[in-house]
Order: sequence, then structure tokens, then C-alpha cells
Amino acid sequence: MAYLALTPRRRPLVARYPSIAIFLGILALFTVGVTVLAEGFGIGLISTSFVKTLGKTLCLCLVALAMDLVWGYCGILSLGHMAFFGIGGYAIGMWLMYARTELIVIESLAAAPLPPTPQEISDGIATQIFGVVGASEFPPIWSVAHSLPLQLAAVVLVPGVLALVFGWLAFRSRVTGVYLSILTQAMTLALSLYLFQNDSGLRGNNGLSGLQNLPGLDAIPQSTISIVFFWASAFALGLGYLVCAWVVSGKFGSVIRAIRDDEARARFLGYSVEAYKLFIFTFTAVIAGIAGALYYPQAGIINPAEIAPIASIYLAVWVAIGGRGKLYGAVIGAAFVSLLSSWFTGGQAPDINLGVYTIQWVDWWTILLGLSFVAVTLFAPRGIGGLFDLIAERRSPDRHGAALGPDAGALREKEADA
Amino acid sequence: MSALLEVSGVSVSFDGFKAINNLTFQIGAAEMRAVIGPNGAGKTTFMDIITGKTKPDEGHVLWGEKSISLLSMSESRIAQEGIGRKFQRPTIFEDQTVADNLMLALKKNRSPLAVLRFRPREEDHAKVADLAEQIGLTAALHRKSGELSHGQKQWLELGMLLAQDPRLLLVDEPAAGMTPAEREHTTEILVEAAKTRAVVVVEHDMEFVRRLNCKVTVLHEGSVLAEGSLDHVTANEKVIEVYLGR
Repeated sequence: MAYLALTPRRRPLVARYPSIAIFLGILALFTVGVTVLAEGFGIGLISTSFVKTLGKTLCLCLVALAMDLVWGYCGILSLGHMAFFGIGGYAIGMWLMYARTELIVIESLAAAPLPPTPQEISDGIATQIFGVVGASEFPPIWSVAHSLPLQLAAVVLVPGVLALVFGWLAFRSRVTGVYLSILTQAMTLALSLYLFQNDSGLRGNNGLSGLQNLPGLDAIPQSTISIVFFWASAFALGLGYLVCAWVVSGKFGSVIRAIRDDEARARFLGYSVEAYKLFIFTFTAVIAGIAGALYYPQAGIINPAEIAPIASIYLAVWVAIGGRGKLYGAVIGAAFVSLLSSWFTGGQAPDINLGVYTIQWVDWWTILLGLSFVAVTLFAPRGIGGLFDLIAERRSPDRHGAALGPDAGALREKEADA
Repeated sequence: MSALLEVSGVSVSFDGFKAINNLTFQIGAAEMRAVIGPNGAGKTTFMDIITGKTKPDEGHVLWGEKSISLLSMSESRIAQEGIGRKFQRPTIFEDQTVADNLMLALKKNRSPLAVLRFRPREEDHAKVADLAEQIGLTAALHRKSGELSHGQKQWLELGMLLAQDPRLLLVDEPAAGMTPAEREHTTEILVEAAKTRAVVVVEHDMEFVRRLNCKVTVLHEGSVLAEGSLDHVTANEKVIEVYLGR
């Protein structure tokens, strides 16, 4: 039959998209390379703190993947995904802080003549944790903090349920485009302002600290712990990349790209646009939560400033600079910009003396980042990931400046492949 | 013959302007109907109401053997019921290939979880290839649809409409921007489709309407001015006055 020659046979995902194998290969090499060079199991060329920076960067790449799925593929410019990331961090941080404080309290009470009652232990932990905000009782939000499985469930469930409820309210009212962005930003701001309060139950602006110390594992040096977290982050990123590639490769990817470019048309084809958006919004919120739960034990501290809207805006900037609508673009953007950012703001970049004025990068980095964002948007909409498209000789379609669909999130001419 | 779609007493106004005024319309399960009317007669609004994009202020829109009301349904639900629409300006997904566009339109379970698990089977590929042949896009199957010419995009959208396998097709100026030979082919496809389903064609071009050889409904100021064969309505005094301008 004639059509057999025309229709490509179904091959495995990795065979259809060579970029997946290339990405996983590079990630594996990178992981092995860092392991060999780090202090934990290797020759010690890389400091433990830099291993942590690299591990954190992998987590940022993972949340950038989530952002690319929701914005690059589905056209929803969410400015709230770093809030989900932060919630994941708080969820794991509560257990880390509780369990470690519990060990310290039990140890200090062991010297007493009578064995301590559970109430005494509980009070001791509460005083230790909440003394800084002038409280000595556990707020209800900490009721399952003693249980690692329950707090791990919270890493996934709290961002998921919040995204589900918020998304349901927003999408069913057909809020789209810039209005949706503003709404998500408002949610993020509200959450961050709430957490800043001392009586929020999460230690106000002090946040949660000491998260790098795993309870009961004090004997294991940070150099080892850091490399284990690095592995976990690399594994999560690799798995996340595979899952995201699977989601966007098939008909589902086709539907969400259709929604991005022209959602009214997708509706008239019988696709419930709201259900798809809700699915993607919730799914990516869960990924963001997991990424946050891996990030903050490496960072050691989380406070409400991490949830502020600016973090989510940075996330969008990374994805834009890396190249929207391509999974590897998001990863490249997040890795490149966040590493460069820590180089500039860490005081390692040499100041530039202009005679009349000295450019100090700690202050000027944000301006440089802003300018590069504008430059990328105007002159290289495919971002850094677009360099690979140059190698693969992918060109943009010639559409005389017209976007690929009528919606605000639609791919622009220069972002698309011909 | 019972009606597949029954629109009765429907009115809608935008900022006081009555776009549709007490409109009544019926079409059978296997029938071709041409809807003509001057600009602003309410043709597009009429389609918007049936497909759920616009909610009318009053009236009923009943569908199918069980006469269920379409008014409380969402656009996607109505499309799933079997109402397909082709827009005047070709609206296809330009960032995706012709095959992807047709695959999107194929009649399948539309729920997110079903779509996530969906893997096209042999017969789905065959169906897509079949449709592509019908609309003359076999050679372009793996090209991005944004690269197609205007006429080819029109074809593709028609193909997507057929892929949905709807019971009612609403087609807005299907022959706009086509060569005479292409118009001929479009006519064939529509006439063929109308043997098994209901087809409503909105058209300006009287020649095209004549070739469809079907019952004609003339809209004017949001209501039906005349209905019958083309010769019958073109002989109507009122129609001549408002539309043919003679």
C-alpha cells in the first residue's frame, strides 16, 4: 500500500530524538567528571562548596525544564514556578530541621536524672526552632514534620494541590496572556509576604536553616554528602528530561503546542484547553517542588526572599536566554546564566576601572543580565540553544514577521523551525 | 425526517446591536445547505452560536435525536458531539506538520490522559495518508503546515474537518482564494460529505452556491429572509432588494 512508504514507523523515543541521548550522555560524563575531581570520592580538585553550587545548578536546570514545558510548549507565562520550588524546599526543610533538633534535644536531656517525657522533648524542639520568632509551640503546619515520608509527600502534594486549585480558578475563567502572568505573580508575592510574617509558623524572615546537616549523619563529612546530593540532582534532572521529552514528543505535545499557538482553534477541534493547561500547570509545579526539595539541602538555608516574584522572573529569563520551546535550551539557559550569575555576584569577576568610574560587577551584573535578555529577545530569539540549531542547519521559516498563531504565547517567526 | 440541528427563536445583541434576531433554522442529518447574506447579516455569529463561542440572549439550540441543548456546553464539548467548523481565514497549526495537524483532528478520545497514552497505530497513519490524498497534500505530509500556500492551507483545514468525522460541518467560505479547478474539487468533497452528514456552507459566491445545488437560506439583519432553492430565493422580491441589489 502506498501510504506505508509515507508514514514513519514508530521508533523508540531516544531514537527519534537524538538530542535526548546526547543530553543524557553529556550529563553522565559531567557527573562522572565532577565525582572524579571532587573531594568526596575523587582527587579533590573541586571544592565541596563548588560541588554544591553545581548540584544546585542541576536543580535549577530541572525547574527550568518545568518552566519550558509550561511556557515554551504550552504558552502559559507563569511567574509562580519558583514559589512551587520554594514550597518543595520548605517541605523538606521542615523535616530536616525537626529531626536534627530532636537529636540535639534528646542528647542534651540525656544528662538529666529522669528520662525526658515525649512532651518535654517536643517542647524542647519547639523552643529551639521557634525561639527566634518568640514562640515555643509547634504551629499546626508542623504536625507531620517528624515524619520523613509525610514531608516527602508534601514536597509533591502541596505544590501540586496549590497549582491545581489556582490553575482551576484561573483557567476556567479563561484568564490568559499577560493577565495570567500578573495573577501568578500576585500568588507568588502573597505567599512570600505571608511567609515573611513571624506568625506564619515557618520562622518568618529567618526561614529554615542548617539544612545541609542531615540528621544522624554528622559523622559523614560534607564533602561526601555534597557529592551524593549532586548525584541525586543529576539523576533527577536526567529522569525529568526523559519524562518531559516523552510528554512533549507525542500527540500530547502536539496538543499543547496547538494550545500555545491558537487555543480557540484547539477548542473547536474538541480539546478541552482548560484541562490541558491545568494538567501541564500542575505537573510542572510538582517538578518544581521536587527540584526545590533537592536544591535547599545543598543551599543550607531557605527564607521567604527565595519565593519573591523576582526569582520566578529570573526563571523565565533563563528559559528565554536558553531558547524557549526546546528542552535542552531551557537547561543550557539555566546552567549558563545561574553559573555566570554566581561568578559575577560572588565577587570573582574582576572590576573594570574606567578611570572616572569603576564597574563593580556585584552591582552591575543585574543590568548586564537585563540587557542580554533584551538583546536575546530582539536579535536571537532562539537563544543559546539556537546555536545547536545552527549546527543542525535548522532555519527559521520565512513568514514576513508573522507569528505562528494569534495567541500571546504563540511562537514567533524567529523562534520556530522551518 | 427529524432535524439534526434545530435553532429556534435565537437572539443575541452586542452593545445594543441585534446581531441575530429571532432566528430559526433546521437541518437534517444528511443535508447540504448554503447560507448566504450580505455583510453583517449575522452569518458568522450564527456559526459562533452553534459552536458555543457566543451564548445567545434567548432561544434554543437543540441537537441530535435526543434533542439535547447545546447552550450549556463548552466549545470543546460541542466539537466532541460532532460539530466541526472551518473558518474563513485558514486556521491550522502552522508550527506543526501536515501529518501532525491531521492526527490532531482525527476522531479519538480527547481527554488529556487518553492523549498522553495515545500512540498512533497503523490504521491511524493509514487514515491520515488517506485524508492527505483526498486533499492533495500527500507530498507535503511531513512539511510544516506554515509553509503551505494559502490554497493548500484551505485544503488542510478541510481535511482536518473531515478527519474529525463530524455529523455537522460548518464551513465558512471554503472556496475563497481558490482556482476554478480547486473550487470544483472542493464542491465534490462537500457534496460527497453531505451524503452522510449535514453540511452548512456560508458563501458569497453565487456561482459556487449554484454548483452545490442545494437548499439556500438567506440571512438578513440577523434573521431568515427567505429559504428554498436558489432559483426560488433569487426570484424573491425582498432578497433582490437587500442582497442582489437590483
